[in-house]
Amino acid sequence: MPGSVHSQDQDQSMMDAEQQVEQVPQEVTLDEKQIVVLPGATETAASFQFEGEGHTMGNALRYAIMKNPAVEFCGYTIPHPSDPKMNVRIQTTDSTTALEALEKGFNDLMDLCDVVTEKFTAARDQFNEESGNRMEA
Amino acid sequence: MAPLVPSQEELQRRRIIGINPETVTNIPSTDFPGHWPGESHEWALDTFKNGFQVEFHRNDRFESSFSLIGLDAAVANAFRRILMAEIPTIAIEDCFIHNNTSVIQDEVLASRLGLIPLKGSVEGINWMHWVKKESDDEPGSGACDFNTIVLRLDVECYKNEYADKDEQDPRKLYTNAHVYAKDLMFHPVGRQEDFFVGDGAIAPVNPDILIAKLRPGQKIEMELHCVKGIGADHAKFSPVATASYRLLPDIKIERPIIGEDARKFAKCFPKGVIGLEPVTAAEAARSGSGYEGHAGEQKAVVKDAFKDTVSRECLRYDEFQGKVKLGRVRDHFIFNVESTGQFESDVLFLEAVKVLKFKCARWKRGLTDLMA
Repeated sequence: MPGSVHSQDQDQSMMDAEQQVEQVPQEVTLDEKQIVVLPGATETAASFQFEGEGHTMGNALRYAIMKNPAVEFCGYTIPHPSDPKMNVRIQTTDSTTALEALEKGFNDLMDLCDVVTEKFTAARDQFNEESGNRMEA
Repeated sequence: MAPLVPSQEELQRRRIIGINPETVTNIPSTDFPGHWPGESHEWALDTFKNGFQVEFHRNDRFESSFSLIGLDAAVANAFRRILMAEIPTIAIEDCFIHNNTSVIQDEVLASRLGLIPLKGSVEGINWMHWVKKESDDEPGSGACDFNTIVLRLDVECYKNEYADKDEQDPRKLYTNAHVYAKDLMFHPVGRQEDFFVGDGAIAPVNPDILIAKLRPGQKIEMELHCVKGIGADHAKFSPVATASYRLLPDIKIERPIIGEDARKFAKCFPKGVIGLEPVTAAEAARSGSGYEGHAGEQKAVVKDAFKDTVSRECLRYDEFQGKVKLGRVRDHFIFNVESTGQFESDVLFLEAVKVLKFKCARWKRGLTDLMA
């Protein structure tokens, strides 16, 4: 302790300052980005522009949307390699809308992720158990 | 009308990508609604769940190999790309050089330091926030305990008085002649002390990476700021050394390959892919099998196509013409993931799946604005 004016005082315990709730958003730079519907869209045919996405999301999403029988056409493109934008074109039959098809695509992809995680974890645990047994034997 | 269900043979045929001497056939996926008349192929979670399998081949701490079976290339590729470019890790981003009298230039030294893989508590890394870079219009987020980790590198080289006078090795002649990654000192600030303690402290994965060489009188004094980032921004943030997949090779011997030919055939493949077995009496007795009168001779059989490299060597010889068909299984991805040391390799894959799901969820949230 540097020379304190209360040097003869006993140390006193103080209440901890109330824990600060961290309000800084996790995805500072990512959350501002949004989906833009490109001009010329109708209910059943629209192009959506995703900022900051690439082939990773583009191709996986295209696959998920194409699995929907109400979708007539789905494709994705990255119009310019140095522009971080990805366009998804969706054309559907009258039974649904392009927006609904897009949402269903996200839902299906998320369900798929859950299955992959579940099966991967199970297979890994089983493998670890078996190879552990082998080492002990 | 109930949708048509293709036969097992037909489904198996569609799973194989053909590999010919100069060309490939049956390349794109066709499991989409509307591609095959009368068949469904609509996305169904149960169908996917039943068809999807994971097989582990190897699971070391920092290297694992496993097969994902029953997945489309679009999704498998998304996982691979996320592994390389979108899983956040910590790396040195800013170097404040107070003194550097070594022969290695400031900018070269800074670049070397940035590429050193660091490890630390995964919980701590998840707790850390992103740093927002300062731009023309907006101020940056500044350095705080929750977004910046401070390392210090303070080394000075001097003569070792106790060294033998005939000593030639500079490492014995001088103290600190070599600066290694283990000389990076972690200085926790604020809540970092709670997260990065004990084994979870921030440290280089490989303590023996040579950073610089010094001679007596030379000195390096610097403060290094590490931040959270992703591989897409800079390769130093990539958590994997390699993340790749290949498709399971498929070899079909369509007509018998016997005797000397069989031995030659086996030599066209890596060891263990093709085996030799004697032709049984039953096979030799069956007319039209191609084995007539060859009982007891060696025939080629496929032992383990997994080990094949698909070099297509066997397609070069006239004697195997029309006897063998090479291919790859469209939906069997053999992944190989090698971690740089921050995460365990199996955890990395799970992180990749998590990132894909998180991205979907975030964009889906963005959709609500469009619907309004």
